[in-house]
Amino acid sequence: MGKLLQKPKSFYNEFFRSPSPDKLSTHYCPGCGHGVIHKYVAEAMDDFGIADNTIWISPVGCSVFGYYYFDCGHQQVPHGRAPAVATGVKRSHPEAIVISYQGDGDLAAIGGNNIIQAANRGENITVIFVNNSIYGMTGGQMAPTTLVGQTTTTSPYGRNPANEGYPMRMAELIAQLEAPVYVERVALNNAQNRNKTRKAIRKALKIQIDKKGFSLVEILSQCPSGWKVSPVDSLKWMEENQMPYFPLGVFKDVVEQRNPLETKPRIWDKDTIIKMLDLDRQVKEYAKPNPTKDIYEQPKIKVAGFGGQGILMLGVLLSEAAMLNGKQVTWIPSYGPEMRGGTANCQVVIRNNKVGNPSVDKPTILIAMNQPSLDRFEKDVIPGGLIVINETLVTSGVTRDDVDVLAHPFSDIADKQLGTVKVQNSLILGALIKHTNMLDQQAIFDALPAHIKKIDLIPLNKKAIELGFSLG
Amino acid sequence: MPEETELTYPRVEVDFDLCKGCGLCIVTCPVKCLEISPELNKKSYHPARYKGTGCTGCGLCFYTCPEPGAITVFPKDYKPEE
Repeated sequence: MGKLLQKPKSFYNEFFRSPSPDKLSTHYCPGCGHGVIHKYVAEAMDDFGIADNTIWISPVGCSVFGYYYFDCGHQQVPHGRAPAVATGVKRSHPEAIVISYQGDGDLAAIGGNNIIQAANRGENITVIFVNNSIYGMTGGQMAPTTLVGQTTTTSPYGRNPANEGYPMRMAELIAQLEAPVYVERVALNNAQNRNKTRKAIRKALKIQIDKKGFSLVEILSQCPSGWKVSPVDSLKWMEENQMPYFPLGVFKDVVEQRNPLETKPRIWDKDTIIKMLDLDRQVKEYAKPNPTKDIYEQPKIKVAGFGGQGILMLGVLLSEAAMLNGKQVTWIPSYGPEMRGGTANCQVVIRNNKVGNPSVDKPTILIAMNQPSLDRFEKDVIPGGLIVINETLVTSGVTRDDVDVLAHPFSDIADKQLGTVKVQNSLILGALIKHTNMLDQQAIFDALPAHIKKIDLIPLNKKAIELGFSLG
Repeated sequence: MPEETELTYPRVEVDFDLCKGCGLCIVTCPVKCLEISPELNKKSYHPARYKGTGCTGCGLCFYTCPEPGAITVFPKDYKPEE
């Protein structure tokens, strides 16, 4: 028996997700190319038997409602981001068939770099690029693919290359890249070209099934509403306007030369994940801290100085130690673009319960590692709070009399007694912990391995912290 | 629609209410066996319909129709299920 041509099975019988009372029709205008292309993809999904294994990435644009129609997995994405999301979906589900279905506004304008980078990475996905030379959904604005002279709501006098540039030939552009395997431009203007479109879609999907890599099929597709012509005339419009500028053909096909991509199996077993996330370390019991003042029970701390003084690391170590000690913490760094020499500060909030506000405008404790930091933040410290001063670089002293001060020439001490100024932050940390008793001292030592990347520096930092205890 | 006592195959069927009357199938049909219906459907389109004779089962109308379920093409040797 010949083939019965009917609604492909990869479509839902009823489009139950559609809010329209009519659950059988698409939302597309009469004569729209999207419906035709949908049918070809659904037919190919039927024939390859991949619907249950397909994840459809719906863009922003007329085809935003892909998830109404296809009986497969779905992800709807922000404008232009389909290739980026498809990348993530494919990499986390390497066995799935991922179809990024995009219009020309989506792919060529706002998502222009997304598609180029995904193509350049050679992601093993299939991109269906529907080019109708206009923004359809939003009411017919000019797209990057709008033709020279074409009138749209945003090019009412016709697209002028002197002002808006020339239409972008995306298939040619993508085909220039090394990684893509197959790039073809097809059209829906007549039966012969529609048949080529069907074949191109099938070929692109087969490439993905065979793990050969990235493929893109650009389809010149009619938008009777946007072009303001009847559906029948739209085919002629396409032939007269789109097709002379956008030549049909295969721009790249290296399927035969490419070997199937190797995909790494996913790691799902619990033990590996726990190990990767470092959740398997021994949980120690630490002593309940007994702070010297009530305000140190849940302090807000600002550490400030210039870059290179170990400001951020001091905050990180304090946060890590507090976490080990059963506290909830946040740590927010703030620094200039320079790695060394600029200003830097970080804000640490330590709470018994969840942290509501991670910013530290009124610190309980200010650690001022240089003069500008003290000048800038001294006034913010709460009355009764603590200011830790690095006397080597802070010469003015604290002017307020309603705060505690812990002052030592920490840089000098580190340099002379420990041999390097680099451990001044650990020295201050030790002094701070001793002075406030806000955490179990052992927790500080245990926090070091998680953040000090050079293991041989850990003993020196321990020594600095111990020396700091004597200064607290 | 013309009354038919016995269905012959190949044939094309257009769902009266799913068709949006775009007319693409009509211009595509190589034997011109489709036409616009004078009646309006519930979406107030004049849908396409089969003239009743002439379909060769080529399927070109099916592949030009944007609506997933509007057109069904039955091949020559189609055997309707009882």
